[in-house]
Amino acid sequence: MSKKGDGSAVKDPGAEPTLGTNPFEGTLRRLREAFHSGCTRPAEFRAEQLRALGRFLQENKQLLHDALVQDLHKSAFDSDISELIICQNEINLALKNLQAWMKDEPGSTNLFTKLDSAFVRKEPFGLVLIIAPWNYPVNLNLVPLVGALAAGNCVVLKPSEISRGTEKVLAEVLPQYLDQRCFAVVLGGPEEMGQLLEHKFDYIFFTGSPRVGKIVMTAAAKHLTPVTLELGGKNPCYVDDDCDPQIVANRVAWFRYFNAGQTCVAPDYLLCSPEMQERLLPALQSTITRFYGDDPQSSPNLGRIINQKHFQRLRALLGCGRVAIGGQSDEHDRYIAPTVLVDVQEAEPVMQEEIFGPILPIMNVRGMDEAIEFINRREKPLALYAFSNSSQVVNQMLERTSSGSFGGNDGFMYMTLLSLPFGGVGHSGMGRYRGKFTFDTFSHHRACLLCPAGLENLNDIRYPPYSDRVQQLTRWALGSQSCTLL
Amino acid sequence: MEREVQRVRQAFLSGRSRPLRFRLQQLEALRRMVQEREKDILAAICSDLCKSEFNAYSQEVISVLGEIDFMLENLPEWVTAKPVKKNLLTMLDEAYLQPQPLGVVLIIGAWNYPFLLIIQPLIGAIAAGNAVIIKPSELSENTATILAKLLPQYLDQDLYIVINGGVEETTELLKQRFDHILYTGNTTVGKIVMEAAAKHLTPVTLELGGKSPCYIDKDCDLDIVCRRITWGKYMNCGQTCIAPDYILCEASLQNQIVQKIKETVKEFYGENVKESPDYERIINRRHFKRILSLLEGQKIAFGGETDEATRYIAPTVLTDVDPKTKVMQEEIFGPVLPIVPVNNVDEAINFINEREKPLALYVFSHNNKLIKRMIDETSSGGVTGNDVIMHFMLNSFPFGGVGSSGMGAYHGKHTFDTFSHQRPCLLKSLKREGANKLRYPPNSQSKVDWGKFFLLKRFNKEKLGLLLLTFLGIVAAVLVKGLG
Repeated sequence: MSKKGDGSAVKDPGAEPTLGTNPFEGTLRRLREAFHSGCTRPAEFRAEQLRALGRFLQENKQLLHDALVQDLHKSAFDSDISELIICQNEINLALKNLQAWMKDEPGSTNLFTKLDSAFVRKEPFGLVLIIAPWNYPVNLNLVPLVGALAAGNCVVLKPSEISRGTEKVLAEVLPQYLDQRCFAVVLGGPEEMGQLLEHKFDYIFFTGSPRVGKIVMTAAAKHLTPVTLELGGKNPCYVDDDCDPQIVANRVAWFRYFNAGQTCVAPDYLLCSPEMQERLLPALQSTITRFYGDDPQSSPNLGRIINQKHFQRLRALLGCGRVAIGGQSDEHDRYIAPTVLVDVQEAEPVMQEEIFGPILPIMNVRGMDEAIEFINRREKPLALYAFSNSSQVVNQMLERTSSGSFGGNDGFMYMTLLSLPFGGVGHSGMGRYRGKFTFDTFSHHRACLLCPAGLENLNDIRYPPYSDRVQQLTRWALGSQSCTLL
Repeated sequence: MEREVQRVRQAFLSGRSRPLRFRLQQLEALRRMVQEREKDILAAICSDLCKSEFNAYSQEVISVLGEIDFMLENLPEWVTAKPVKKNLLTMLDEAYLQPQPLGVVLIIGAWNYPFLLIIQPLIGAIAAGNAVIIKPSELSENTATILAKLLPQYLDQDLYIVINGGVEETTELLKQRFDHILYTGNTTVGKIVMEAAAKHLTPVTLELGGKSPCYIDKDCDLDIVCRRITWGKYMNCGQTCIAPDYILCEASLQNQIVQKIKETVKEFYGENVKESPDYERIINRRHFKRILSLLEGQKIAFGGETDEATRYIAPTVLTDVDPKTKVMQEEIFGPVLPIVPVNNVDEAINFINEREKPLALYVFSHNNKLIKRMIDETSSGGVTGNDVIMHFMLNSFPFGGVGSSGMGAYHGKHTFDTFSHQRPCLLKSLKREGANKLRYPPNSQSKVDWGKFFLLKRFNKEKLGLLLLTFLGIVAAVLVKGLG
């Protein structure tokens, strides 16, 4: 299997970028040495790190709230339910279950290995890199971190430079709580990220866009580093004729406009019949007014766009189709009103890229079949939603499409359930996490079989020479049963 | 090439690979193929690797049959949705994981177990409901040919196709888009596969290799140890990804080990190993020459005979091997067993940890504490203690590498999982909208408090009773509203 000159079997220290040309060299070496020392392996060390992370959250709540206001104009309620509480839940779950998760999983033995001890050992990979985006900057940094620490890895955290307020708190305050031999925060923009990715990591966990996901995976391929990529896409939301438009409007609007639409699992666009559209529009208007008041710009419950670049991008999208609701914007405030667009063409930009803003285009379809066909022509999304009173319709949508996750008759409520994994498929990503799934993601599952040192007679049948009689016996014994060789 | 892949994709989009009954039928057809055409399959494997029919059967065909049976028995259960634990907010909803096929998957096989390493992944890919493109290794020509001939005769011809060819064809193939790629082979090509996959954001399973160390402790029964190692090392003429690649032991054990292996080789293969029907040959001239070059400058304790015409290399043991020499720099993949002396188990552990993580690790000792320590302080794809190879045999075990020995795993249910997307689903009803008012703006402090109540998992026992009552009250109110 290995060609001649396959490469040194001994780890080549020269494979790392040389000191002085790469700013992360020293940090990474320190973390790697710490991992080799074994300090992250004992359960007590990991539990202490998790407890320290919990203390970071509790003792700096105001600081984090302020940072989230600065970055995304997030209200305290929104910050709590979408960031801080989620992180706290993850920490609590990990602390409660750490021993159970770390335990060797027994493997079932077959006929010939009944006398052995078989188990799967969960081992940390080593030095892992977590790259987080700006839209839920606390959540998307810390939730993967919880699993990585629980699994016993040393961690390099790279928060997004775009959510500057949160980046500052994570870089300056968080390391004071964790063991700095085994944890580091690195900062920078695309150039620094490129330098960081030249290094070898034992696992890379990336949340962001598909475009950058490809760059990360290509860099990882050079070192054969396994990756989890939490990407995005356009999440379709099918609204059947058979449903109450007001309830649908409530649910869709809440999930669409939360965090000013900057959510990877937000419903990106609506698919419904023209008749349903007629009923939905007034319902959506009513919902938006109820949620955000007559002047949404003054509502404390509506977020802002993260920066000018995205603001300009979104403002341009307002020119697609026709504005049915909203459409206002304010450059100084990076404010975009909760907007609904109709008469949108598939080729227009608003239907070509992930919107990631408070704009909801409605595309008309004549029924469920057309909706399914529309969805399946496009890249697999991170989330898919279907609204209908008929469970048959909901189930059909589920069975005949593919997406990271699926919500029936609601938005991304499933994100509150730590027993459900979260991840994409196709262009929306690979791998998954949350709860125990994060721990498993950051662990190598090592199959271990301990055979008895004696009882050699039982093995004789497998050794050559294979006389005719032995051959017959083996074929008979194994051909008729469902067990694997020996 | 693009047209072929498109054809397969169209077949997948038709939806016919999805129903359980179809998948079971295809697996049963595969089973029939293996049973009815056993002779042809064995003949192909035998001519590729100069293997006896019995060896081909016991090393490849049996495992395939076992895997198919295991899949047939368990698939009906595996395809069903698995409900998950719910929280207060989702108490009245349906929450589950639904396994779904990925689409069109690519399986690239290796030449050392050319039938097994294609069919075992294929079984799982079919079971998971995918369409499959199969690319056997061109080095095991006859098996590649027989697969291209037989598979279309038994399986759906549009959903499962074989594409044969060399480096050029494989490169072209890798430019196409797949929904998963499972590759078995070496690290160099593994990187190329992953890089090609990155362009399409295609997830990969890479079953690679490395130098699998084998530590022999003083405290063991050397007779038994050497028998087991001899079996695992020289099987398939050393061309096994999880063969014990080299031995680490105290210098004082070397002579005994050499002696016992020598005796075992004689027992297994007779006085004249070349004439044993159970001893294979090196796959081709290039690898033959490669392995030969590893012997240069080495102390050959026994073996070392070669015959280029038949690509025969005798079971060979090297002693006092210098870790810096060539034989210790690359995966040997041949019947050459170096012994590297170390002073103790600490040194052995350091030696192993200085190197890339191997696909397998072996440790022989009567001392369970030592075995435990070896496992605790090293990393590898898998481990077998007091034997070799065997962890491969359990179909309940994931089989895969770590670090440069690979990523991902398969065998049994793990293959099914590798080729599936486990889709989390939460299904609510459109009723009971009242309960949702809690989350809608405008927000208030009381909502924040309620939010915390519902979402934070911390309850202490004294409050539990009160909370339970409150919860029941809410449920009652919500139900009343829903029914009203």
